Amino acid sequence: MFAPADKAQAEESAQSLTIEEGKKLYTVGCASCHGTDGQGTSDGPSLVGVGAAAVDFQVSTGRMPAATSQGAQVPKKKNIYSQAEIDQLAAFIASLGAGPNVPTKDQYDPEGADIAKGGELFRNNCAQCHNFTGKGGALTKGKYAPSLEGVEPKHIYEAMLTGPQNMPSFPDTTMSEQNKKDIIAYLHAVNSDETENPGGLELGGLGPVSEGLFAWIFGLGALIAVAIWVAARTAKARKS
Amino acid sequence: MSSQDIPEEKSPAEQGAHVAVADEKHPFADPGLPPHEHRIQDVDERAARRSERTVALLFTVSMLATVGFIASYVAIPHDKSIFVFPIGHLNALNFALGLTLGLALFSIGAGAVHWARTLMSDVEVADERHPIAAEPDVKAKVMADFKQGAKESALGRRKLIRNTMFGALALFPLSGVVLLRDLGPLPGTKLRHTLWSKGKLLVNMNTNEPLRPEDVAVGSLTFAKPEGLEEDDHEFQNEIAKAALMIIRLQPDDIKDKQELDWSYQGIVAYSKICTHVGCPISLYEQQTHHALCPCHQSTFDLSDGAKVIFGPAGHPLPQLRIGVNDEGYLEALGDFTEPVGPAFWERG
Repeated sequence: MFAPADKAQAEESAQSLTIEEGKKLYTVGCASCHGTDGQGTSDGPSLVGVGAAAVDFQVSTGRMPAATSQGAQVPKKKNIYSQAEIDQLAAFIASLGAGPNVPTKDQYDPEGADIAKGGELFRNNCAQCHNFTGKGGALTKGKYAPSLEGVEPKHIYEAMLTGPQNMPSFPDTTMSEQNKKDIIAYLHAVNSDETENPGGLELGGLGPVSEGLFAWIFGLGALIAVAIWVAARTAKARKS
Repeated sequence: MSSQDIPEEKSPAEQGAHVAVADEKHPFADPGLPPHEHRIQDVDERAARRSERTVALLFTVSMLATVGFIASYVAIPHDKSIFVFPIGHLNALNFALGLTLGLALFSIGAGAVHWARTLMSDVEVADERHPIAAEPDVKAKVMADFKQGAKESALGRRKLIRNTMFGALALFPLSGVVLLRDLGPLPGTKLRHTLWSKGKLLVNMNTNEPLRPEDVAVGSLTFAKPEGLEEDDHEFQNEIAKAALMIIRLQPDDIKDKQELDWSYQGIVAYSKICTHVGCPISLYEQQTHHALCPCHQSTFDLSDGAKVIFGPAGHPLPQLRIGVNDEGYLEALGDFTEPVGPAFWERG
């Protein structure tokens, strides 16, 4: 009869334990820049309300903890936390203020999504910075939109949801869950290990300018080199 | 090119045998043709046969490659994928067709070059220049023929024919001039107006639903089109090229420009997505700096300060659309852009 209440209580205490653990990790790894209670300092923004999804993205991709707050942008690097630790950190940050949760597998799994619609959405919302097949691109003053090659669907979803660093966010209210799924499916189709490239060499996927440049420099260059090679060798019997 | 190499090979004695002497009329001595040197194929019949076999082999390879091309076209399904190191996964049919076609053409070319270099005659031939002017008797004949033709046509006598012919020839080019009208009509005021007007809802291009202020989070980026414009409309591309809108939300305190603040709704601002330099869609928005960068020529606009140009070749700030909220709580335009969107044009003023 009391079981449900007990269970709820147990869950609550487990939850508070997780938050407690997360706070410990936070104090060691994050507080020097983001402040002891996540209120932010001159070295790092406030984390109140960024949500668990932002923590999962930033820490799982190794961007946080950052080596320095200087420089144009915090790069991706090796993640040093276990998933359990990241969950604890995320629980602590989520307890500071409501924000987007870590998406579940149903939300980001591209299986069965509409790739064509995803391509349309990607070109409208993402391609301006990340290139039309997600190869990445340059922004102002040394900042850049990273390549999306090999990025896990979960992290792509979280990035759209939370808008890390200078990337704008695309919340569910303006880009629905289904939209995000379609985008992930599109990226999987055009920019993953299994991507088939009908034309062969993709030359970085940078578009017609780089392809033209390649043809002019290497294609024409090879022809000129062959012509010179043919003409430079005399066919005469007596070699000088 | 090989004839240029050869003078170096010659001994002074050989040179002397050939040379004409320079005199007053010809200040430079004519060096003459260098002595002809034989190729190994010219003196050794076995080498010549080897060359023949090489050329024949190349042509045969070309034939086989062409057969391979046709066979690939017939045999390989168009959607078959193969892995080729180091290129990666690619379409098997494209790969086979390209390879065989390239081989077929290359072998023909290589065979022809080898044939010309080793077996065809390589004896130097001098081709003397001749004067460009025609001989006097040829000139006289042409002039006489022309005069006779003019007389026989009686153009000088039959003035009616002559004058009407001149009329016909003079009028005919007018038909081409009239066709130039197809370059028009002039755009009129089209460049100054977009589909936006008072009361038009801002429709989210992702979901095709009208936007509410609470949908637009701070730091987010959304693209909107005017209510009533659908992607399958005949004029969609023409209209969206002018009406495309970039919706962002700032903290109202972060907005430095007073007009931008007045024209925003609770920090939600709507800017034209079309760069004012040459009209590229500009939406590389950095949510922390509030800068929007144009990918074509790096014009950078500060969206927190009236979209003024802070870098690059653009000459005008991005036009802002004045927005508000209607009775049902949807974002709406409060009129059209007050200035033409997109690149400057000369009567823009």
